[in-house]
Amino acid sequence: MIARLLEGVPRRGLAMLAALLAFLLVFPAFASGYLVSLGFLILYFAYVGQAWNIMMGFAGQLSLGHSLYVGLGAYAAAALYVHFGLSPWIGLFASIALCALAGAAIGFLAFRFGVAGVYFAILTIAFAEFARIGFDHFAWVRGSSGLFLPVANYAENDLWNLRGSPRMFYYLMLGMAAGAFVLCHALLRSRVGYYWRAIRESPEAAQALGVNLFRYRMIAVVLSAAMTSLAGVVFAFYYNNLFPEQIFHVSRSIELILGPIIGGIGTLVGPLVGALLLTGLAEGLGELLLALGVDVPGVKQVFYGVCLLLVVMFLPDGVWPPLARALGLNRKG
Amino acid sequence: MLEVDGLSKSFRGLHAVQNASFAVPQGGIVGLIGPNGAGKTTCFNAIAGVFAPDAGSIAFAGKPIHGLRPDQVCAAGIGRTFQIVKPFAGLTVLDNIVVGALLRSKDVSAAKNYAAEIMERLGLGAKAELPASSLTLPDRKRLEVARALATRPKLLLLDEAMAGLRPTECDQIVAVFRELNRSEGLTILLIEHVMRAVMALAQKIVVLHHGEVIAQGAPQDVVRDPAVLECYLGEETVV
Repeated sequence: MIARLLEGVPRRGLAMLAALLAFLLVFPAFASGYLVSLGFLILYFAYVGQAWNIMMGFAGQLSLGHSLYVGLGAYAAAALYVHFGLSPWIGLFASIALCALAGAAIGFLAFRFGVAGVYFAILTIAFAEFARIGFDHFAWVRGSSGLFLPVANYAENDLWNLRGSPRMFYYLMLGMAAGAFVLCHALLRSRVGYYWRAIRESPEAAQALGVNLFRYRMIAVVLSAAMTSLAGVVFAFYYNNLFPEQIFHVSRSIELILGPIIGGIGTLVGPLVGALLLTGLAEGLGELLLALGVDVPGVKQVFYGVCLLLVVMFLPDGVWPPLARALGLNRKG
Repeated sequence: MLEVDGLSKSFRGLHAVQNASFAVPQGGIVGLIGPNGAGKTTCFNAIAGVFAPDAGSIAFAGKPIHGLRPDQVCAAGIGRTFQIVKPFAGLTVLDNIVVGALLRSKDVSAAKNYAAEIMERLGLGAKAELPASSLTLPDRKRLEVARALATRPKLLLLDEAMAGLRPTECDQIVAVFRELNRSEGLTILLIEHVMRAVMALAQKIVVLHHGEVIAQGAPQDVVRDPAVLECYLGEETVV
């Protein structure tokens, strides 16, 4: 199994990955609390970027409504915890089921009735917006006044209830990001991975070669939704408050797809590189501006815009493919 | 092996194909010819499941296939190429063919081995790791054929697979089809404008004109048929 996963992966790439993983593992030992939180955020975006990439990067289905799955996942686990004291490790099954169902509903509507391209993207936005407005009036989860998780000072990390320090969340997110990376790597080499890429490149040609478009598109949407829901669970227990206006907002969907776009759509390493660049640089810029005494709201957004513009203009395939070539790795890393 | 009976298809009042009937015998090579707009590709698309016919039936190996989706038609044993080639541009040449091979072997490494065999057969071996987007048109045409063959079809539908090729390239690919037909009993239905290829390959020719079958039979007879000469071959000197 492991030998099979490693087959054909360049030695150099493997060594770099191992070094990166080792670095990420020891990073919290010498980093400040702020840097650990920043590391968490980078890993969070690397993870959701990877999940989104399955749909867009692998199967060619553009979702602009992934905040739906983050939000549903977050709300499901948080509500079960608040109302029934259920551990998020149990609640996450509800999150996964709910998001898989939502993904399947969107996928069914779109793929059964031939909604494709930008219209598909609009459909995903519509569902996220529907959830945003719906949850504003959903009393069981406190509607627009927000759902708060009980917070206290914890003497030690409680992994079972996900109550604890940013360090604990950092390692949790690291495990998830690494798991998603390995999963996507395995998927790309499997039959479903070949079929997804074929559909992405030419649905007609794929179908003429015996690929059931509906089935494989559905697998991509449901899997991507289910993976994204887990990020929502962590999000809820990390931030301890959920507002429909924020979590389902379309800007959240955009935010989470910028990483893989800037890093390189359809590549394995792209979401990680993109998350590192965007989160790291945006935060760094914020710090720098603060140190310089400039406190202008929206600078981060302007920076995002400029970054995106530069990548689109000069690196249309994202940062990773040319970077991989420079490092002497193949395109897919 | 393939029986098309009374096939009709209209597009908003345009009768693309009207009451067309013909058969492709097992192990045979049949050419479908006709002037531009005669309904050849419409026939093909109906057989391949791109759309359902308005009337008529299509049977493959004794079972009706009209109304099936393209992937179901492919799974039933009919491979096709596209007139306007549709390579998976971002994938390598080998991976393009692997997608086809995965239909019959669920195991990726087995599919890769089979795909590599087909690739060699079509003379694309040296380009295995190049992205399909970098191929020239003749190579893209070969890739179309290789991908379709990788699904191990019993019947291969070729939609102008030889158009745009130089005579020597055309002869090469004709030789490949002959060999497949002889050694593996592959049945072929081809749409072709290149008479050189049709005459070299086909054992039987079906002529479509304005969506209707106006003649069918042995190549030598068909190209002398006055109706065919008038509508289609009139100005052309037939080999």
